[in-house]
Order: sequence, then structure tokens, then C-alpha cells
Amino acid sequence: MKLLRALALRLTGMLPGKRRARERELAAEIDSHLQMHIDDNLRAGMTPEQARREAILQLGGVEATKEAYRDRSSIPFLEHLLQDFRFAIRQLRKNLGFTCTAVLVMALGMCASVAIFAFVDAALIKPLPYRNPSRLAGVFESVAMFPQSNLSYPDYLDWKKLNTTFSSLDAYQHRGFLVSTPTGAQPVRGARVSDGFFRTLGIVPVLGRDFYPGEDLPNAPRTVLLSYAAWQQRYGGRPDVLGQAVTLDGAPNIVIGVLPREFHFAPAEPADFWTALHAQGECDLRRSCHDLYGVGRLKDGVSLQAASANMTSIARQLEKQYPDSNSGQGAALMLLTEVIVGDIRPLLLLLLSGAGLLLLIAAVNVAALLLVRSESRKREIAVRTALGASAGRLVSQFVTEAFVLVAAGGVLGLVSARWVMQLLVGLISEDMLARTPFLQGLGLNFRVLAFAGAISLLAAALFSLAPGLRIRRFETREGLAEGSRGSAGTVWRRLGSKLVVLELATAMVLLVGAGLLVKSLYRLMHVGIGVQADHLVTMDVMAPPATYGKEAQAIALGKQIIDRIRSLPGVKSVGFAANGVPLQGNGNTTWVRVLGRPWHGEHNEMPERDISAGYFATLGARLVRGRDFSDAEDASKPHVAIINQAFARHYFPGEDALARQLSFLSTPPVPIQIVGIVEDIREGPLDAAIPPVIYFPFNQSTDTYLGLVVRTAQDERSLLPALAATIRQIDPGIVPIGAAPMTDRVSDSPSAAVHRFSARLVGGFAVLALLLGVVGLYGVVAYSVSQRTREIGVRIALGAQRGSVYRLIVQEAGWLAGIGIAIGLACSIAAATLIRGLLFAVQPWDVPTLAAVAAVLGIAALVASFLPARRAASIDPVEALRAE
Amino acid sequence: VGDKADVWQGTLALMVLKTIETLGPLHGYGIARRIERTSGDLLSLNYGTLYPALLKLEQEGAIASEWGVSENNRKAKFYRLTRAGRKQLEKATVNWEQTTAILARFLAPSEDPA
Repeated sequence: MKLLRALALRLTGMLPGKRRARERELAAEIDSHLQMHIDDNLRAGMTPEQARREAILQLGGVEATKEAYRDRSSIPFLEHLLQDFRFAIRQLRKNLGFTCTAVLVMALGMCASVAIFAFVDAALIKPLPYRNPSRLAGVFESVAMFPQSNLSYPDYLDWKKLNTTFSSLDAYQHRGFLVSTPTGAQPVRGARVSDGFFRTLGIVPVLGRDFYPGEDLPNAPRTVLLSYAAWQQRYGGRPDVLGQAVTLDGAPNIVIGVLPREFHFAPAEPADFWTALHAQGECDLRRSCHDLYGVGRLKDGVSLQAASANMTSIARQLEKQYPDSNSGQGAALMLLTEVIVGDIRPLLLLLLSGAGLLLLIAAVNVAALLLVRSESRKREIAVRTALGASAGRLVSQFVTEAFVLVAAGGVLGLVSARWVMQLLVGLISEDMLARTPFLQGLGLNFRVLAFAGAISLLAAALFSLAPGLRIRRFETREGLAEGSRGSAGTVWRRLGSKLVVLELATAMVLLVGAGLLVKSLYRLMHVGIGVQADHLVTMDVMAPPATYGKEAQAIALGKQIIDRIRSLPGVKSVGFAANGVPLQGNGNTTWVRVLGRPWHGEHNEMPERDISAGYFATLGARLVRGRDFSDAEDASKPHVAIINQAFARHYFPGEDALARQLSFLSTPPVPIQIVGIVEDIREGPLDAAIPPVIYFPFNQSTDTYLGLVVRTAQDERSLLPALAATIRQIDPGIVPIGAAPMTDRVSDSPSAAVHRFSARLVGGFAVLALLLGVVGLYGVVAYSVSQRTREIGVRIALGAQRGSVYRLIVQEAGWLAGIGIAIGLACSIAAATLIRGLLFAVQPWDVPTLAAVAAVLGIAALVASFLPARRAASIDPVEALRAE
Repeated sequence: VGDKADVWQGTLALMVLKTIETLGPLHGYGIARRIERTSGDLLSLNYGTLYPALLKLEQEGAIASEWGVSENNRKAKFYRLTRAGRKQLEKATVNWEQTTAILARFLAPSEDPA
């Protein structure tokens, strides 16, 4: 209490008004003290001078007393800090050019790294919004083709029943629904989940209730949970939504609850309607039809490895029990966190490293500026030392200046980081954003602020170290004298040039990284997709299964769609494939075997596409051999198939595939005649190898979800509205989804988006790095020229040619740039090897990229040294020698 | 300065408080003279060191000050003891007595040699 009171008084004692009043009062008090003492001394018989002298002597000096009093009346440390702070501001204001440059460069580095860190925080650091998320695991079956593949419903039930390592195991399926509205059917995203799904995650609805146990059984009443967003948008956030009916895929569902606002589940997002599983229909009940994913909560003390072993042994047991359906079906577990953010982690770490390197360059740049400045402040420091400033006091001055600089840069950086974050989110496609719901937590939270604080502290330490280090070595006499000699400071030469080399090497790493990423993007955008993308329009069509589920209905619908669209103006040809167009990677896989070859029950798994006649022709995909399907090929005709070249290479190397027959794994086998071989089409992601694919006639294997492809002679975009309208005309219950030119599909595909995002960002970092690096080099050379003015003047006076002066300066820059580029080259290759996973069809040591970057840096360095070299060459020797 | 002892920080505060308690409100010069005299001129007191000590006591709320007129008609700042100061003085006195008593026992010649 007593101490607090004293502290408060000492703190307020620092206020300027208080201080003045106190000084006056102290002066008066000491004055009265002396007067009384002098009176006494006079009375004791001293002469007036003696009396005064004695009094002052016994007081211990007037100024010393005042000083001691001042120390006690405020807090000397803070007082000095305040003085340093005021002085720092004065100094920085006096040198506005330097200050602005340093603050801006610092803000740039801060802004980039803080913005990227916010992404890293939202995706990788912020825990997922589930209870104890580190105990949740994604549960998958595992086959040769897909290391993490879907579970079948019967397998899921067995795994749930037999496992001993999960306290609960649940299943989900991401899917679309058609919701009936007064204006017709509308496609919505949703998921089917088992009854305990939300309990396993530890999610409690904010309104209403969770699914009851058993509510996911086929005969239970149909119920649905809404996402918070759907509740707000579709029902205006009204609480009376509970108990209302919503018609999904033609069946009424009762709304029983609303999920929390902060809930998200990336593997099923965007999902607005969460229904219970209600296993029924052909696929759910067939053990070989895999359409679910699992999520389980590990029992306390059970490791992921133990659970994995447990599941694998169950899978092996099922393989023996059901060889027809389960042979080759293993189990794969991974932490749910890994399932959700595992893919995005390398990208984010790449960007964070890029931003970190940019920050490094920025910091080094500012440190070099400070060093130059301290060089020119040598005299000031020497004078202050001569007047009695202690080393500590001098260092504290530099530290204060560094902190002021960093604080200004930091605040500016933070403010702009907020803005840059929004900008970056804008760069991500809406589709991508919907599938990365964790990015919604993006912002300047306390972790991001702590990160900003930490790097600010580091930067401040570096900045105070740069000039502060030198004070020790300062010899006052030398400092006072050297100013008149005018030679370049040796410390500067040693340290400053090293900093520039570091800057250039770092810039090189960033430039090479950007170059490789841009080249990857270019290669990716020009990868053969087996399709002529121009003048090709695509659209998905979702028909209600209740109306079009039967084979004859679906065939009739397909024919009607093709006929109607073909008659649209400008349309040259039309085709469709079940489950979507190329690049989407949607669709089923199937198991086939080659007839006439020994078969031991193994599952040769491959993607299956069910296509209309004319699908290949519309895509512009070339049949290398054989023929296309015909509309007449339906279930009444013999089974036929077209295979892609990868299939032919893999299963029929050096053989005539058209002479062979395949079969599904039925007994007895039903022969499927191979009638054609088509060039490889990229059905899945751009950056994945093309697997063997088998194509069946749609009329032999129907579906209600179609991917339409239309070749047009006109502009692609002008066709889009007509396409959707035509589909609606056929039946308002059918929903057209996502009409887009094929070229957009290519450039918007997730792999292209990821590559573009990283190429753009790292490219941006690299350009800034190049700029900073070159400015840094220019600064060094220009400073060295300004310091060597006299020396160069002497050289010219002694007859040196202008050309040799040029050479002198450019050579200095050339050395620095050369060393920087050489070091950068080695570091670049190492860094590029680390990001190999993010490159596509480019080697980390790609020679053209390395050479181009080295050339760019070299030329930039030349340009940067040219200006100071010209100044050096035009030095007038008379002026130079007289000036100092 | 011969054999005169320097005053150490903690004891100066105690002496100041005691002086003010004994003599009532007093100015800095008076306090200094009184301490010197009471010590029998054994203490060398730099009068200047008194003022930071007075300020510290005032900041802690042990004493309060106001301007007045000295016996010789000089304007002077008078310090008086507050209630908190009186308590502090009592506590410090007890502490000091204990400390000196303990030290005295240590320094006294041993009564039962081993």
C-alpha cells in the first residue's frame, strides 16, 4: 500500500507541470535551509562569506542535492527513457527521409508475415471447434488406388461393433439434396450422418436437439439439423423453425435443431442440411458399395497406432469373411486435424517461409540503413561521450530509437495486414473458401498479435544491436578526429557489405521459388487434358431420383436433353457423362477382370464413367482405335466398354485390347467387349497421373446426376443462360448447376487454384524482395562512393581515367552481387528441394529458372551500381579535395 | 572526516521520524541540526541527503509538509508526523530495539565458555 502510493506519486511526478512546481518548491526549500544555516553561522561569529561557504559545504552542494531529490521525486529510469524517447523522435523527425524509408520497409515485412501468419493460425494453430479435437480420428478403408477411401455401410457397422479402441465411431456422407421451394427445386449441399455423429465431435445444437440414438435407422422418422447459416438465411433465424417440414429429394424432413455458429466440418462443407443416415437403397446395403467416411473418438489412453492396428485386424477378418466384396480392403486412420488441414499445411508453410524471408530482407535493409546512420553520427556520439555520457546511456538511446522505429513500422504493418488478409481471402475462389471453413476464423487475434509482438521484439533487438555494438569500440578521440579525415568507416565496410550479400541471397531464394512456382503453374495450365477446352461449355444437371431413377426414365431424359440442347442456336454437338464432367474427379469406381486370364479374386479397381454416345466427339477427345458407343446400346444389347490408353498400357501391354473381353466380378462372368480405346482424358485433378479408366454406355448404366458437355460455335458465355433455361423447360424439378466454360473449369480447378495462389503470393514476395535487395545494394554503393569522394578525387587528380573510376565502383557492386548470387544459388536449390511437393513438372534445380533469376539479379545489381558509379566518375577533383 | 560514522539509509528515516515526534512540526534544517546534536556530533550528516529522505517519507504518507515561518522569521517548509507515520515509527522502533538486542547478545562476552 505504502509502496504503491509512493510509486503513484513518483509516476505523477514525471508530469511536466508537477515537475516545474516541484523544482520551484525545492529551490525555495533549499534557499530557506541555507538562509537559516547562514544565520546560525553568522551568530557563531563567521564572516558572511565563510558562513555561506560552510552552509553549502555541509549541504553537500546545491545541485547534487537537487539531483538526488529529483531521482527520488520521479523514477530516474523512466525519466531517462522519456528523455531518450523525446530525443529519438526529434532525431527521426530531423531525418524524415531515412525514417519514412525504415518505417515503410519494416511495415512491409511485418504486414506480409503477419497476414500470412494469420492464415497459418486460422488453419493450423487454432484448434478445431470440437471437444478435445486431438482425440478425433478420420476412419477410412484403404485400397491400392485410394489410400483413404470410403467405407461401405455394412463394413462401417462391423467396424463400429468389433473395434475396442474407439469410444464412439460414426459415419458421414457429403452429398447434394434437391430442396423443394415454391419456385421449383433448388440444389443444396448437405450431409447424411449417423445418429451419434455430433456427439462424437462434441457438438451440441444451439437450438432444438441432436439426433436420438436409432434415429438414423431406415424406418425412423426423417429429421434434419440446419447449419447456423442456413437457419439465418432461409428462416431468418426464427426459433419457430423447429418442427417445420422441409422437402429434401422429394421426402419431407422435420427440422429438429440448429447447429452452433462456430461449428464447421470441412470434409462435408459447405453443408446446410444434416440428415440422419437412413441406410436404404441398393448402395447402402451392398457391402461392396463404398459411400461413407468414418470419424471416431479414440478411447482415453489409446494411441492412433493402436487404433489403426485394431481396425486393420478387423478389416483382415472381414476380408476372410466376405472375400467377394472385401478382398484388398484395408483400414486407414489419420487424425481428424490431418484430414482437415493436412493438404493445406505445406502450402501455408511455404507462404509463411516466403513472408519470413521477405521480413528478413526488410529487417536487414533497415539494419543497414541504421548502420549507415550511426556511421554519420559518429561525431555526435563522440561528443556525447566526451561530455560524460556512459556507454549504457548511449546504448539505451539506440535501443529507444530502434523501438520507436519498430513500433511505428509494426503498427503500420498490423493495420495493413488486416487489409491484406481481406485481399488474400478475395483471391481464394468461393468454392475453395466454402471447403476451407476454418479460414473464417481469420483475424488479428491474440496469437497473431503475440506473433507480431515477438517479431517486433526481434527486429528491435537487431536494430539496437546494429549501431549499439559499435559503441564499445568507439574511441572518443578517434571519433572526434575521424570526422575530419573522411574515409569510409571500416565497421560499415565489414558489416554493411555482409548485410547486402545476405539480402541479395535471400532475394535470390525468393525469386527462384517464385520462378519455379510460376513455371509449375504454367506447366499445369498447359498440361494435356485430352479435351479441346475452347468453345466447350459444361453444366451439371441434377434430376430427382424419384422421377428419373428407373433406367427407362433416365434414358428418355438423356435423349430429351440431348435433342433439346442440340437444337439451340450455335450448338454443334452435345454429350454427357454420369456424375459430372472431366476434371471434377467425381464418379464411381468399378472392379473388372480380364476374361481368359487366371483370376484369384483380386480387385482391379478403376474409375468408371458412364457416357452418352457423342461424349468423346463433343469433348474433342480422339478415339485412337475402335468406335464410339451408339444410342442403341442399352441393357438389351451385349455389354461394351471403351478404355483409355492408360488402361491399355497397364493391362494389355503389347496386345490388341480390342480382341479382349472384360467382366465384372460376378459369377458367372458377364463378358464386356472392348470396342474402343480413347486418348487419356483428365477426369481427375490436373496434377495427378491419369489412372486406367473404363467407359460404359450411359444407356447400360444410368444415373440421375449428369455432367453435360456442349460444343458451340459461338462465344461460350452467351450459351450459358439458354442451357439452364432449356433444362428448366424440360422439368422444373430438374436443377441445372454451375454452368461454366471448360476453360474456366481448368483454371478454377482446385489444383490450379492452389498453384495460382502460391505462385501469385510468392511472386509478390519475390518482386518486393528484389526491390529491397536492389535498393539495399544501391544504398551500400552510394554510401561507399560518398565516403570515398576524397580518395576518388585524388585518383582523378593523379590522372585516373573516368572509365577506371566506373570500373572501381561497379566492381565493388559486382563482387557483392556475385557473392550474393552464388550463395543464393546454393540456398535456392536447397529451398526448392524442400517445396518439391508443391512443384508440378519442374525440378528444383531447373536450370533455365536459376539462370534467368541470376541474370535478373545481376542486371538489377548493375543498374543499382551504375548511378553511384556515374556520380563517382563525375567528381570534380578540385571540389573533392577542397571540400574537406 | 575522522571517526564520524556515515548515516545509513534505513536509520535516517527512523531518526527523522523520531525527531519530528519529539519536537513537533519542524523544518529540514532543524531536523538535520537536531540529528547531528543528538548523536553527540558522532554522525557526519550531509544535510543534502536529508531532503530525498524527507520526500520519500512524504511520498509514503508518513509525514506531511506545509510552509510556515521559522523562529527567526524565515519562510520554511515544516514537516509533521501523520497517523500512518506515528504507526511506522512505533513499528520501526520495536524492530530496531529487537535487532540491537539480538546483536548485543551476540557481541556480549560469552557467559559459559565451552
